[in-house]
Amino acid sequence: MKNYKTIAMIVVATSILLIIANCNQNATTTGSGALTGSAAQKVFVPPGEHDEFYAFMSGGFSGQLAVHGLPSGRLFKVVPVFSVDAEKAYGFNEETKPMLETSYGFIPWDDSHHPDLSQTNGVIDGRWCFINANNTPRIARISLKTFETEEIIELPNSAGNHSSAFVTENTEYVVAGTRFSVPVPQRDMSIDEYKGNFKGAVSFIKIHPETGRMSLEFQILMPGFNYDLAHPGRGKSHGWMFFSTYNTEEAATLLEVNASQNDKDFIAAINWKKAEEFIKAGKYKNMPTLYAHNVYDESTHSATSTMIKEVKTLDPSELPGLVYFMPTPKSPHGCDVDPSGEYIVGSGKLAAALTVHSFSKMTAAIEAKDFDSQAYGIPILSFDATLAGTVKQPGLGPLHTEFDGKGNAYTTFFISSEVVKWKLGTWEVLDRKPTYYSVGHLMIPGGNSQKPFGKYVVALNKITKDRYIPTGPEVCQSAQLYDISGDKMELLLDFPTLGEPHYAAGCPASLIEPNQTKIYKLEDNNHPYVTKSEKDAKVVRNGKDVHVYMTMIRSHFAPDNIEGIKTGDRVYFHVTNLEQDYDVPHGISMIGANTSELLIMPGQTETFVWEPKRVGVWPFYCTDFCSALHQEMQGYVRVSPPNSNIALSWTLDGEAL
Amino acid sequence: MRKSKLLMIIGPLFLLGLFVMPMWNITLEAPQYPEPLGMDIWINKIADHNPNDLKNINLMNHYVGMKEIPEHIGEFDIFPVVVVVMMALGLLIAFIGNYRWYLGWFILVALLGSVGMYDFYIWEYDYGHNLDPKAAIKFLDEDGNPMAYQPPLIGSKTILNFTAHSYPMMGAYMLFIGMLLSLAAFIVGLKEENQNQATL
Ligand SMILES: [Cu+2]
Repeated sequence: MKNYKTIAMIVVATSILLIIANCNQNATTTGSGALTGSAAQKVFVPPGEHDEFYAFMSGGFSGQLAVHGLPSGRLFKVVPVFSVDAEKAYGFNEETKPMLETSYGFIPWDDSHHPDLSQTNGVIDGRWCFINANNTPRIARISLKTFETEEIIELPNSAGNHSSAFVTENTEYVVAGTRFSVPVPQRDMSIDEYKGNFKGAVSFIKIHPETGRMSLEFQILMPGFNYDLAHPGRGKSHGWMFFSTYNTEEAATLLEVNASQNDKDFIAAINWKKAEEFIKAGKYKNMPTLYAHNVYDESTHSATSTMIKEVKTLDPSELPGLVYFMPTPKSPHGCDVDPSGEYIVGSGKLAAALTVHSFSKMTAAIEAKDFDSQAYGIPILSFDATLAGTVKQPGLGPLHTEFDGKGNAYTTFFISSEVVKWKLGTWEVLDRKPTYYSVGHLMIPGGNSQKPFGKYVVALNKITKDRYIPTGPEVCQSAQLYDISGDKMELLLDFPTLGEPHYAAGCPASLIEPNQTKIYKLEDNNHPYVTKSEKDAKVVRNGKDVHVYMTMIRSHFAPDNIEGIKTGDRVYFHVTNLEQDYDVPHGISMIGANTSELLIMPGQTETFVWEPKRVGVWPFYCTDFCSALHQEMQGYVRVSPPNSNIALSWTLDGEAL
Repeated sequence: MRKSKLLMIIGPLFLLGLFVMPMWNITLEAPQYPEPLGMDIWINKIADHNPNDLKNINLMNHYVGMKEIPEHIGEFDIFPVVVVVMMALGLLIAFIGNYRWYLGWFILVALLGSVGMYDFYIWEYDYGHNLDPKAAIKFLDEDGNPMAYQPPLIGSKTILNFTAHSYPMMGAYMLFIGMLLSLAAFIVGLKEENQNQATL
């Protein structure tokens, strides 16, 4: 009897232990589903409190830039950059249409890939975000005071502007390489003659240290490879720029096979300090070309587009010391430089190992002329001479690497769908965590600068599948947030992202928050059609063009009754928001106008064009719920036939203004 | 120099503070205004506490028919003159008067201050009660009368979605200190007189 009791107790105790063990297992192994309590706490930002970091995520094929907070993952703003945005009237109002002008005319869309933040002494300074347009090559500068696109510069001779937009450590240059090599200058020639004839232009865009204004300083016309990704040297390697290349075979067709034949492609090391010397010494050629430079002026609230017709070019085959090639196995994709500037990581996307080059070994090899051969007059350093080490069997399909500033590197693996943590110098793998699914880039705030803020890593995935409630065949893109403050990475959060996020950039919110523009000062508004008070509101006819100088303030337009407009007129509504209070925008839209609404910030002026086609009385209204009497914020325009003699009049509350 | 005289010289000088610092502040708090709106009342103007506050207060208030906060009122021409005269008078008394006059100055300034407060109350009353009959929003109070939006003379009060705070600022405190110094001058003067008599 006693024995039975003992056995029964043992059975009960064992089953309790098993249940506990099972529960524990559930909690720790279902990383794809349940979060542990501590993970939830780590990403919880209480209502009304702010995230610790900004994350600027490329909008991919949306062409825009998404602003998220970390660790919450919340989306705060989509900054329109390369694509029109009807919500914000970007590319629709008269003021921002010039931003999307190119040498090919107005283009309403692009594909944005790699945001990068301005730096001072290798540390992120929170002033500007730069991002590339991949399809019609351009670089944009976004102000982090206003979160508006302030400038876009087109890149001539470039195609598939992919190895862009990377910022040198004092924001001297934003550097942009070309993925596709093309005839330079463009001409009618046989595609078969690609090899030896096409060129890959690498553009150096100078950044004005105070204003951030961009100017295309020079281009280096590289051999006709594909220039995939890039990073600037930093610290000891400052003054150099590193580009991964593939298709050194120079194939123009079926690249998936024909560009995968060489055992090694290159990482190109470009000495841009040397390039500056060559430019100074007049060793450049002025090449006729055509590209647009578009600048948005905060004081006129308007953009202008200028066409530029010349670019300085450098030919590396004639300029010794400008470029060296470091052989790197198997079509390297990511090209990442560690915070010290010593290690250059080449992720051969078809290779079984990660190749890490040493900057100091590279300079020694250059000194010793330790060259294997040359390509188009550019020395190819011997592979062993620059090799710092290899990370062996880290995963499948390595793409990109970021750094935590504590001597560790984190590399994404597309095929094996994971982030792998490894140690710089010893090249040993320390940890690996799955991603959901097929990660592309990753981002540690400051992780490509001298000073990473190594608390989190965000994995930016290419495939989403079943991670969220489904939305038909097209599902959102997905990012994952991992805590990297400990020895092992910990998955904290999944969150959806805009378009296809390629790269992202992040920094502490404290670098950006204190400098925010809250309103535009009305007294500083220099828009040519500004109306600074209601008594200045008016309507002016100039032939078929009618200019309405209109104001908006809670909760009315002035004027709000207009008569004397005729069909066939072209009516410009120049609308000024007279508010001077934070977060009181007003909108305006007109029935039948073939354009978007305007969404006008306090102190700002914007313009839309309306071409009335039908006789009648047509209403317009405020589109942003601005106040308790927002629904009353409306007006009418009387449209008469072309031959009518109704006088032009504009009133508010029955009185002329 | 006698201590009482010294105090009476310093006291009126504190009135200079009224020219460099606001004397009163009305602040309006609401959930939508994490940075509250405020107006600073000086002896010669009503000004923004933070840029654009007056404009934004006027914008809020126009819905219930309140008038715009005046940029200028007649009092602003009178107040600075009164302050300068009182200061001069205080100094004159300090140099030529005896300590009994100190009390006189104190009482006069206190009286004028009360008149100023009463004037402020009248303006506040009008500001809160004299509403545009065409106002978009007309609220009634518990007794069914038109709601008034008068801010408190001093203290805090809830007005619709706003909490209004009305408190003196540094300029007024300088005035109080100046007045207290003149009162102290009087008391010290009284003591000095008694001591003099005792030694006689
Ligand atoms: Cu509105």
